Amino acid sequence: MATEKISVMVTSNKREQLQMAAMVASVGAVSGNDVSVFLSMNSLNFFVKGSSEQATTEGHMGKLIEEKNVPDFKELFQQAVEYGDAKIFPCSMAVDILGLGQDDLEAYISEPMGLTSFLSDASEGQVWHF
Amino acid sequence: MELIGQMKLAEVGDELEVLSTDKGSADDIPEWINKVGHELLDSFEEDGVLHLVVKKTK
Repeated sequence: MATEKISVMVTSNKREQLQMAAMVASVGAVSGNDVSVFLSMNSLNFFVKGSSEQATTEGHMGKLIEEKNVPDFKELFQQAVEYGDAKIFPCSMAVDILGLGQDDLEAYISEPMGLTSFLSDASEGQVWHF
Repeated sequence: MELIGQMKLAEVGDELEVLSTDKGSADDIPEWINKVGHELLDSFEEDGVLHLVVKKTK
């Protein structure tokens, strides 16, 4: 089985983007690929423990995802880590701006990573942005 | 994902049967099984429900 490096950068707070990012990360990881996710800008707040922020929708698919019983994007990201050994890194700049400590983030989120490291890590393999 | 979670918990040699009404599963599950290297023993549809029998091989 060929293992590929898959890097997923997530910056959106839109339901459709977050869902697609979570699907790429989870399916990629459980299919034996080496998956790294980088959370920055408007995506990070969803992964703060106890966060009540709800993703907003871009169009009709987002509304249908909410109405139908589709697994939540956060659940899929967690499964990517638990079933597929994906790594999810919060952007160190975004962590600073939000004033977060490691204990403030969900347990399946790794230590913060800087953009320079992520870019270097992503230099081989597939890169996706949502 | 339900299947993958259960496969993690299963022992090598165990057989699991997935029931799904999601049309995408008919393509995605066999593709995943093939990619990861498990064995698809049987697949059939009954009353609009897809049944896939998978054996954990490693």
